[in-house]
Amino acid sequence: MGSTLFDKVWDAHVVKKIENGPDILFIDRHLVHEVTSPVAFLGLKRRGISVLYPNKTFATADHNTPTKNQHLPVEDPLSANQLAAIEKNAGDYGIPYWGLGHHKNGIVHVIGPENGITVPGATIVCGDSHTSTHGAFGAVAFGIGTSEVEMVLATQCIMQPKPKTMKIEISGSLSFGVTPKDVALYIISQLTTSGATGYFVEYSGKVFEEMSMEGRMTVCNLSIEMGARGGMIAPDEKTISYVEGREFAPNGADWDRALDYWKTLHTDEDATFDKVISFEAADIEPMITFGTNPGMGGSIMSDIPKDFEGSASYKKSLDYMDFKEGESMLNKKVDYVFLGSCTNGRIEDFRAFASIVKGRKKADNVTAWLVPGSHVVEKAIKDEGIFDLLTEAGFEIREPGCSACLAMNDDKIPPGKYAVSTSNRNFEGRQGPQSRTLLASPLVAAAAAVTGKVTDPRTLMQVESLTE
Amino acid sequence: MAYDKFEVLKSSAVPLPIENVDTDQIIPARFLKATERKGFGDNLFRDWRFNSDDTPKADFPLNNPRFSGKILVSGKNFGSGSSREHAVWAIYDYGFRCVVSSFFADIFRNNCLNIGILPVQVSPEFLQSMFKSIDANENTEFEVNLPEQKIINLETNESESFNINPYKKDNMINGFDDIDYLLNLVDDIKVFADKTPI
Ligand code: SF4
Repeated sequence: MGSTLFDKVWDAHVVKKIENGPDILFIDRHLVHEVTSPVAFLGLKRRGISVLYPNKTFATADHNTPTKNQHLPVEDPLSANQLAAIEKNAGDYGIPYWGLGHHKNGIVHVIGPENGITVPGATIVCGDSHTSTHGAFGAVAFGIGTSEVEMVLATQCIMQPKPKTMKIEISGSLSFGVTPKDVALYIISQLTTSGATGYFVEYSGKVFEEMSMEGRMTVCNLSIEMGARGGMIAPDEKTISYVEGREFAPNGADWDRALDYWKTLHTDEDATFDKVISFEAADIEPMITFGTNPGMGGSIMSDIPKDFEGSASYKKSLDYMDFKEGESMLNKKVDYVFLGSCTNGRIEDFRAFASIVKGRKKADNVTAWLVPGSHVVEKAIKDEGIFDLLTEAGFEIREPGCSACLAMNDDKIPPGKYAVSTSNRNFEGRQGPQSRTLLASPLVAAAAAVTGKVTDPRTLMQVESLTE
Repeated sequence: MAYDKFEVLKSSAVPLPIENVDTDQIIPARFLKATERKGFGDNLFRDWRFNSDDTPKADFPLNNPRFSGKILVSGKNFGSGSSREHAVWAIYDYGFRCVVSSFFADIFRNNCLNIGILPVQVSPEFLQSMFKSIDANENTEFEVNLPEQKIINLETNESESFNINPYKKDNMINGFDDIDYLLNLVDDIKVFADKTPI
């Protein structure tokens, strides 16, 4: 019997199987950031051991960093302390570190692919749940806790029971105005936030084949929001040409060896999954969430449902949002717009946002934070003229980092305010105490930013194509 | 680091009958700035426990003097969201050694096992009967028996078995640490590393 893509990559990395226990899995790339690593490094110190493979480990600062005046000392003493800790730890253990201001600095899941650290067929972990992003390249990538960060630093291995496999296939092609973010929010709304718990997902079908690498990253990024351990897409020509020539990607003879391996990375025709779920692309419309978890979403045209999977917490959720059952999502007032995060902070997301803003102005009632995922993205925004277009339309573009995605820095949505966000979580208080988050695509975010309310972006896109 | 051994825990329990409790509620991101694992218990469920002026919210179960104990009982899909181990540190630091729910998020469950909190997954019916017992008598004691993989309501004698990976079970009973285990295999790991294709 054949193997799935996931099985192939996982099995190629099993150092040892423990009877009745987890597999010991070798990790090819370990990404480290300032928030989940300090206690792990303390653990190494206590044990008196070093990092086994510093050259397979990469460190950045992103979660805690300000998005303004990065050239100045960080004001918050606790954040400054964490940044100092990672810099020292990286230095002490010989790990490459791209700190604040470094031209390679950015959100850990944005800089991995940009620098060729993320490659097909690799095992990649990071102390951050959205490590699933890297699955877009056909890697087995997942988030880990701090004890496991220490484990990987010390041994380059992790102990994990092998997850079950799930295939999510979508047939057909996406309609006009429907983006990868909508695909992911649609899947989560259908599966719920625990629908894929215990599984590793492979996305397959024409929709994903047609998607850009950026789009695939957005989809895989959100795998964790359906409870999955991770998600992946088989590598193809697009994947390989994205990776080729990037700094940390294999080169020379190593490249040829890698290519031979990568060509085997697809699910065999006779392989079976533990679960298969199918959707039709035609059913997917621009999405928006109305509740306090990413599964509480629907088409931007639809009303807030009367009953939601019989969930006892549904009412609590709507009370928090100050929404009522049966209300329409369209035309709801928006106070803030956040474009950014490892979900939608890449150049393609800024291009999409700018395509709606072009010829329009930011609405007066909206405060907008546009935060590139990395300095590389920031530079592309400038090079492509998007920076000028957006600033002239009244938008502020900040410096790279996680920013309002988790609001550890000063970028907090104020209590009670509504934010249309391109990030990944709408949990209570996620974007600041008492903040209210509506998750959506960069197109929906842009439509909200120029109209000041929840607006179907297709209406703005159609008008434009008619007048062109 | 090795942690406390876990064999049999007898305790009353604190009820939290809410579903989909995510890690942002267990410990909000703004409290993740420490560089040591200390004092997270103070901020456990911070925004549910305290008003913005830091006064306790009387209706939150952890603030209700009726409830106490080392077992936290919560609604389904507990611990979804981020991989932050700070969430389980906060639960541990507050004094809980066991969390009971009818469903756990994956990373959260791993994180619990890695620091010595036992996640006990029970049926929805058993969970409801636990809530009912605690509501009727807040001193209801439960026995969480890891060697026998059983949770028993000592008031009603109702019990249910739970699953745990045998390797993890062994580790918890003995207070063993995965890292010590792996460090003994470093030579094998190095041989393996030389053969990896990328
Ligand atoms: S952008 Fe948000 S989800 Fe992504 S790594 Fe940063 S905090 Fe995590």
